[in-house]
Amino acid sequence: MTIGLIVRTAGRLIVPFIFIFGFYIVAHGHLTPGGGFQGGAVIATGVALILVCYYYRECMEKFIPVTSFKLVESAGLMLFICTALAGLVVASGFLFNWLNATGGLFGDAVVYGINPGNLYTAGIIPVLNFAIGIEVFGALSAVLMFMFAGLKETTSEEDDAETSLHHMNTGKKGGRK
Amino acid sequence: MKDTGAIFQPKFAVVLIVLVTIIFLLPAFGLTFGAPAATMTDQYYIDNSQTETGANNVVAAVVFDFRGFDTLGEATVLFIAVLGVAMIFRRLHK
Repeated sequence: MTIGLIVRTAGRLIVPFIFIFGFYIVAHGHLTPGGGFQGGAVIATGVALILVCYYYRECMEKFIPVTSFKLVESAGLMLFICTALAGLVVASGFLFNWLNATGGLFGDAVVYGINPGNLYTAGIIPVLNFAIGIEVFGALSAVLMFMFAGLKETTSEEDDAETSLHHMNTGKKGGRK
Repeated sequence: MKDTGAIFQPKFAVVLIVLVTIIFLLPAFGLTFGAPAATMTDQYYIDNSQTETGANNVVAAVVFDFRGFDTLGEATVLFIAVLGVAMIFRRLHK
């Protein structure tokens, strides 16, 4: 159940760029194709790469436990609902675009017609994009973590011991916990 | 189960489901897509999404503003799906 050193090193190098690309897709959801669901799935792909490259137990010890992903997922959904409810409090209705063209966060007035786009426009739509991105990232990562937790796997020391044993015994398979 | 009568047989249930589905699908064959049947709504989105929501991306405007409830439901569906996965793959303490 071990994976090679080249794959592990390459995965470790690629994962930050996958995260940055997913964040770009989430952040530009109101300007370019993409959005919260797609960007969150891309970020969760990075988590899947980490899980493939390393052992689940090592991931649990060195990186993040699975309960954190459940917390992240709940936080994303809560951010969505709170942003929508704030429209009910501040302005006229649930999911009202109360940040649009107010000059605050993402509050620049949009230029009408065909234009390259301004990142700080569109009011609550980027906020909801971020909420959905956080939620999808947490949800898919939690699903991956739960499924990896069901696998029986050995540690790297046990794998090394098994390989040397395998060489000595010439052909008998065993040692898996 | 066999004594409960012919009406509770699985064959009858399958036939009933197919019949009801066909009955519900019958009006769909009468719809005409595209011009000139139902172009009012999408033309409204294309014309007014930038002025009403401030987003340059019409798809984002529809998904997160005009159809925000739909997106909230999708997020809730994903949340419940993860709950189900967590329930199936949970570790039992021995």
